[in-house]
Amino acid sequence: MGLRVLAAMSGGVDSAVAAARIAEAGHDVTGVHLALSANPQSHRTGARGCCTIEDSRDARRAADVIGIPFYVWDMAERFQRDVVEDFVAEYAAGRTPNPCLRCNEKIKFAAVLDRALALGFDAVATGHHAKLVDGVLSRSVDQGKDQSYVLGVLTREQLSHAIFPLGDSTKAEVREEAARRGLTVADKPDSHDICFIADGDTRGFLAGRLGAAEGPIVDQSGEVVGSHQGAHGFTVGQRKGLRIDRPAPDGRPRYVLSIEPVSNTVTVGPRSALEVTTITCGRPVWNGPDGRDDLTVQLRAHGEVYPCRFEEGAEGLTIELARPATGVAAGQAAVLYSGATVIGSATIMSAA
Amino acid sequence: MLPEAIEAMTEQLKRVGNASSLHAAGRRVRRVVEESRETIAQALGARPSEVVFTSGGTEADNLAIKGLYWARRPRRRVLISSVEHHAALDPAHWLADSQGAEVELLPVDEHGRVRPETLRAAIERDPGDVAMVSVMWANNEVGTVQPVNVLAAIAHDHGIPFHTDAVQAVGQLPVSFSGSGADALTLTGHKIGGPMGVGALLLARGLTPVSVQHGGGQERDVRSGTLDAPAIAGFAAAVSTAVREQERLGRHLSELRDELIRRVREAVPDVVLNGDPGDRLPGNAHFSFPGCEGDALLMLLDAKGVECSTGSACSAGVAQPSHVLLAMGADAAAARGSLRFTLGHTSTRDDVDRLIEVLPAAVERARRAGLG
Repeated sequence: MGLRVLAAMSGGVDSAVAAARIAEAGHDVTGVHLALSANPQSHRTGARGCCTIEDSRDARRAADVIGIPFYVWDMAERFQRDVVEDFVAEYAAGRTPNPCLRCNEKIKFAAVLDRALALGFDAVATGHHAKLVDGVLSRSVDQGKDQSYVLGVLTREQLSHAIFPLGDSTKAEVREEAARRGLTVADKPDSHDICFIADGDTRGFLAGRLGAAEGPIVDQSGEVVGSHQGAHGFTVGQRKGLRIDRPAPDGRPRYVLSIEPVSNTVTVGPRSALEVTTITCGRPVWNGPDGRDDLTVQLRAHGEVYPCRFEEGAEGLTIELARPATGVAAGQAAVLYSGATVIGSATIMSAA
Repeated sequence: MLPEAIEAMTEQLKRVGNASSLHAAGRRVRRVVEESRETIAQALGARPSEVVFTSGGTEADNLAIKGLYWARRPRRRVLISSVEHHAALDPAHWLADSQGAEVELLPVDEHGRVRPETLRAAIERDPGDVAMVSVMWANNEVGTVQPVNVLAAIAHDHGIPFHTDAVQAVGQLPVSFSGSGADALTLTGHKIGGPMGVGALLLARGLTPVSVQHGGGQERDVRSGTLDAPAIAGFAAAVSTAVREQERLGRHLSELRDELIRRVREAVPDVVLNGDPGDRLPGNAHFSFPGCEGDALLMLLDAKGVECSTGSACSAGVAQPSHVLLAMGADAAAARGSLRFTLGHTSTRDDVDRLIEVLPAAVERARRAGLG
C-alpha cells in the first residue's frame, strides 16, 4: 500500500513530473494547485492574477494526463499575510527577505501540509530540485538548479512529511521526461522572479506599499553624497541605481553597505567595505545530521558557497567564513552544508 | 444524454444541408429544425414562433438581458435577483459597467426567494425607467423555486418585460411559458439530457430585443448564426422526453431527496439545510456543514466515489463563497462550508446509502482540517 500524497502542482514542468513520478511509483496521488494571489473584482471573483489562471489550467491539464484527481486550494489569505506582508515588513525593517523560502516555510510545508495531514494525506510532494533521503536534505545533482537552499529552513518535522522526487535528475532530464510523458508543460519557460510581483519591479512594488520618503545617502564618514526616495528600495551589495552625482574620491564604484530604516539612511562605500567574514544569525534550525566535515555555508539563493566554521552561543549562531563574502544582507538565510548535505540554517542578522 | 436525444441527433449527423439554404438538402434540414421548434413549443406551452434557438443558456440570458435593455432605452433600470446564475448576473453587471444601466439586485429572503412586495416596491420607485426584470425560475444552488407568475404579473402591471432563466426548472418542475406570464424564458439542452451547446430563448411575439450577435438573422432577426440542426433535433427530443417524464421523475426525486435530507440530518445533527424546506427543485439538497470547508469535504467525498458540488468555481478553479448564500444572509464561513447534492434520473437509494456511509467520517476529518 502506497502513501497518500498531495502533489503541489504549480503548472510548471517540475511539479508535473514530480507528481507523475510518485503516481507511477504506486502512491495514491492527488494534485493540488495553490491559488496564492487574491485579485478581488467588484462583482465577480472570476480572474485571479495569481500564479495565473493559465498556470492553474496547465496544472489541471497535467493532472489529467497523469490521471490523478486535481483541486485548487485557495491559500491567498495565508500567502498575503505570511509571505507578501512579511516581505514588505522585512524591507521596511531594512532587511532583504527571500519570499520563496518563506513560502516553503509558511505555506507549502505549513498551511498546506497541516491541512493535508488533517485530511488524511501522509506527505506533500513538490517539484523542487533537491534530494531528500530518509529525511536528510541534500543538493540536487543539477548544481545550477539546486533548490536545497530555499528548503533549508524546513524543520525535521516538516521534512519528514515532504517528498522531492526530482533530486536525482537534471532540469534537462526533467524536461525530456515531461515530453516523453506527454505533459504539454515540457517546454514552458522557467519562472525566476518573485511570483507576486508580476512586472518584476520590486522597487515599484515596495514604493507602492511603503510610500516614498526622501532620505540621505551617506558615505562611511557620514558625509551626505546623495539622496534616495526610500531606504526600502535598496539591498546590501547593490551598485546600480544609486544615482549619486559625485564620484567617490578614488573613482571606484560605490555599493550599498547598510540600510538604516529608522533614520531612512543608506550608507555606501567601496566594494572592499562590503567584505565580511563573521556572520551573526538568529533562529537556527537544525534539520540534518550532525556533520562537521567539509562545512560550507550558502548566503543567498544560487549564491556562492563559502567554507566555514560555526559556533552556537547564547546570542545565536556565529559563522566564520574562510574567505570574505560580499553583499551579505540581513534577513537572508544562511544554510549550512556538510558536503552536499544540509545540516541546518539560520537567519542572517548582521555581518562584519 | 437521453437515448431519445442521442438517436434524434445521430440521425441528423448523417445528413448534410444548411437549414437556411433553398435547395432540397436545405429544405430537409429546415424541416427538422421547424419540427423541433414545434416540439419544444408544444412541450413548454409556447408558440413555435416564440422559440429562438441559441448556443445554450448563457447566450439566451445575454440576449434577453442585454437585448431587452437596449431595446427599451432610454430606460436605464435593470432589476435582477441577487441569486441569479452568473450567466444572467454578469450581463447585467456589464450593462452597468459599460452601457449606463442602473442595475438593482433584488434582495431575497432567508430561503432565497424574491418576495413579490420586494419587486413591487423596487419597480414603484421609478416604474417609467425600468427597462426589464429578470428573476430565475428556480435557483441552481439552493433549489428554491421563485413565484415567477406573480413576479411577471407585477412587472406587467407597469408594462415592463419579464425574463426568467428556467434552465434548472425544465424537466424538474411543470413549466409553461404562456402560463408563467414571462416574456422571455431561457432553457438549455444539457440540463435535461440533451446535447451541450444548444438551448433556446422563448420570446413572446412582438418583443424584439436588440441582437447581441449580428449576421444572417436566422432566428427572427434577433439571433444570427447557422443553426446546428443535429443538436437542435437532440435538444427537442430531450425537451419532449423530459417534460413528458417530469411528473414521474419529480415524484421519484422528491422522495429520494427527502430521504437524503432526513438521513444527512441524522448523520450530521448540526447540518443546516439551505433553501426553501419544501418548495424547491426535486433533485436538490443543499447543506452547510458548520466548521467544514466545502472544498475539503468535496475532495474527501470525491475520493470515496460521492460526487457533489460547492457553490461555484472561478475560472482558476478557486471555490468562492456563494453569492447566493451571502444574499440569503449566510456569513462567509457558512457559505464556504456548503455543499450541494444533486439527484438526477440515474440516482438511486444506493447512492444515498453510499453517501450516508462515508459522510460522517468525511465531515469529522474536514472539521479537523478546519477553516483555513
